[in-house]
Amino acid sequence: MPKENEQKLRDFFAKFIEEDVDNDTDIFGSGLINSLFAMQLVLFIEKEFHLKVEHDDLDIENFKSIHAITNFIQTKQSIKEPASK
Amino acid sequence: MLTGMTALQKELQKEFEKFVDKEIIPYADQFDEQGEIPRDMIGRFAQQGYLGAMIPEKYQGAGMDPVTFGLLCEEIGRGSISLLSLLTVHGMVAQAIEKWGSEIQKQTWLPKLAKGEVIGAFGLSEPDVGSDPKSVESIATVEDVFFRLNGHKKWISYGQMADIFLIIAQCGARPAAFLVTRDTPGFEVEPIQGMLGFRSAMLAQLHLTNCLIAQENLIGKIGFGFTHVAGTALDYGRYCIAWGCVGLGKACLEACLRYTGKRKQFGALLRKHQLIQHMIADMITEVKAARMLCLDAAYLKSAGDPETIMETSIAKYYASTMAFRAANHAVQIHGANGCCHEYPVQRFFRDAKITEIIEGSSQIQQIIIARHGYQNYLFGEKNK
Repeated sequence: MPKENEQKLRDFFAKFIEEDVDNDTDIFGSGLINSLFAMQLVLFIEKEFHLKVEHDDLDIENFKSIHAITNFIQTKQSIKEPASK
Repeated sequence: MLTGMTALQKELQKEFEKFVDKEIIPYADQFDEQGEIPRDMIGRFAQQGYLGAMIPEKYQGAGMDPVTFGLLCEEIGRGSISLLSLLTVHGMVAQAIEKWGSEIQKQTWLPKLAKGEVIGAFGLSEPDVGSDPKSVESIATVEDVFFRLNGHKKWISYGQMADIFLIIAQCGARPAAFLVTRDTPGFEVEPIQGMLGFRSAMLAQLHLTNCLIAQENLIGKIGFGFTHVAGTALDYGRYCIAWGCVGLGKACLEACLRYTGKRKQFGALLRKHQLIQHMIADMITEVKAARMLCLDAAYLKSAGDPETIMETSIAKYYASTMAFRAANHAVQIHGANGCCHEYPVQRFFRDAKITEIIEGSSQIQQIIIARHGYQNYLFGEKNK
């Protein structure tokens, strides 16, 4: 599942960002993120992975790379469905 | 006629239309001439639930869906887009809190904003910072349990009236967003007069001198003030203004349909002249096209689709340029009458120009749209 999620994120980045982005590219540090893309990314994560990005999630560690976002998604999903998994 | 609207949306559209016909249109020129709106206008907006239009019901807002809210903006824009900008900036603050505020911040501010007990304004632009908002020069420093805020904001719609301000500043070179109340020591409001348009939007400069802001007034987290907090507010602002421009275009069109049906030149009503028909046909077509773009953005927004961000930008770009073209035609059709305060089209013209500048100028939208177009095309090519 994390591999699948990483691929979905890479495809999403490729659709909106001109530069090549791999799993560990520092997307904040390299200045790739503007406010439009930040909002597109939040909406993509929410819609694609059925979760809500909120105040407490605003941590650079959660969004600094595709790898970090994948981990964040996994953590959020495990919090959402702890008993059945 | 809009396709795909629910019965409730159609019913609410009629209600908005009646409100605007009764409460806004008869007074809009007066507001423009006086350069302000009366405080009781806030009460009327609040009573109708318009100030909390998109605030969820659990925070005492109206919880409107994006289509219904768009229809409201269109109608208010038809009456006075300058007045609509109250809903724009107030809603920008509410949306930023609703999306990125803590639960305590939401409970503290959203019901007050929804009921109009406090009016919000958005503080991003500065004397030397407009289209490049990442370069804001206002500074926040961490001091014990407070932030010390120093800076100068300019062109702040409803700054003369607002009670709370969402201020974007750099905190250790990282953007942050703060809620600053009007009564904060060191916070001063300086009215701006003599604007070309949006004269009733009560613009102001804000001077922040050693303002101490409590930690609980930080919205979101440090580093996310521009991309996420301001980003949410600006998307809402573009959406609101795009729909308002549809209303403004419609107001221009309706004024022209009335005028050309009454005035005669060369022994025939203006509406019988083909060069007039040319302008009318363009206005009808372009108002409809702008509305369809806004609806597209609305449906994507309802679905939580990331494409809504770009579609909103496209809608704002097209609708604002359409409104200016329509207002230009409207003044041209009205001739000297259109240049006089006895007819509202001169106000439409002045206000329409402003819509091409606010919430991202037409040129900024063009850059964004073209960049997105190339990227989408390249992505499509790569995936063939």
